[in-house]
Amino acid sequence: MDRFRHMMTLVLLSGAAAGLVLFAVQHLTVVPLIQQAEVYERAGEEAEVASGGHHHDEGWQPADGWERTSFTALATLLTGIGFAALLFGVVFLAGLPLDARRGLLWGLTAFVCVDVAPTIGLPPQPPGVAVAELYARQIWWVGTVVATAIAIWLFFGKGIPKLARPLGIVPLILPHLLGAPKATGQNVVPAEIIHRFSALSIATTGMFWLLLGLLGGILYQKMQAKDADSFGTQPAPLQ
Amino acid sequence: MQNSVALPITGTRAGAAARVWSAVAVLLLGMSIIYVVGFSTISKVHNATHDNRHANGFPCH
Repeated sequence: MDRFRHMMTLVLLSGAAAGLVLFAVQHLTVVPLIQQAEVYERAGEEAEVASGGHHHDEGWQPADGWERTSFTALATLLTGIGFAALLFGVVFLAGLPLDARRGLLWGLTAFVCVDVAPTIGLPPQPPGVAVAELYARQIWWVGTVVATAIAIWLFFGKGIPKLARPLGIVPLILPHLLGAPKATGQNVVPAEIIHRFSALSIATTGMFWLLLGLLGGILYQKMQAKDADSFGTQPAPLQ
Repeated sequence: MQNSVALPITGTRAGAAARVWSAVAVLLLGMSIIYVVGFSTISKVHNATHDNRHANGFPCH
């Protein structure tokens, strides 16, 4: 139980801290672009209704202003904790030691898997952009993240035979050979907003992953200095 | 400066099992959280997490 408690302490602290910073940064950069894009999206919907199309009822949604901001803050905080649990869960499962430098490398690796690789086929986009069916995109997104992680494990993982390492190229490029689901419909948002949105989204998630890895590495060292067997992983090498 | 050789862990096989099961529990928790904030198809959850999904590249409408 102690192992689990120590792991969760590290995950909750690093994930909540990095998640809150991500929320603050995105609130000032990405979210204003979502609001700008929604002006075009609403105008597009009104034009559709005016020309005889039917109105889509989307059900309950948080009211604009503090309510919507609070839900976004909570969701981003949880995203931080969820990604921290996945990233450090893998590190703990492998039994590998962490420190600030290793943490940064793990964060960079996660950024490549979770953000860079899916962006090739499905870049982050604001509302009002033509998309393919949601379920197909979710399957491709998850498949690409997992395949890229397997590729990196084959390339750099411990205990992989030398001759097997080049096989990592297969999961690395397979999702992109299959291709992401193709969008149908029309963009109602200006290209400039779409491009700025994609760039800012990737920049902010990159910052998040590096910060998360760094914080996790620092916490790991602090906790292990108190109790060398906190996580049951290999001891961090002395520096 | 010491050599950066990782010493074998002093723990027992039971200790390693505790680590593995704890790590699996942490991973399952992470998957559940990311499913709710990034992939839920429940309309209210989707709308509550809408901006976060767009901002972090999760597939959204």
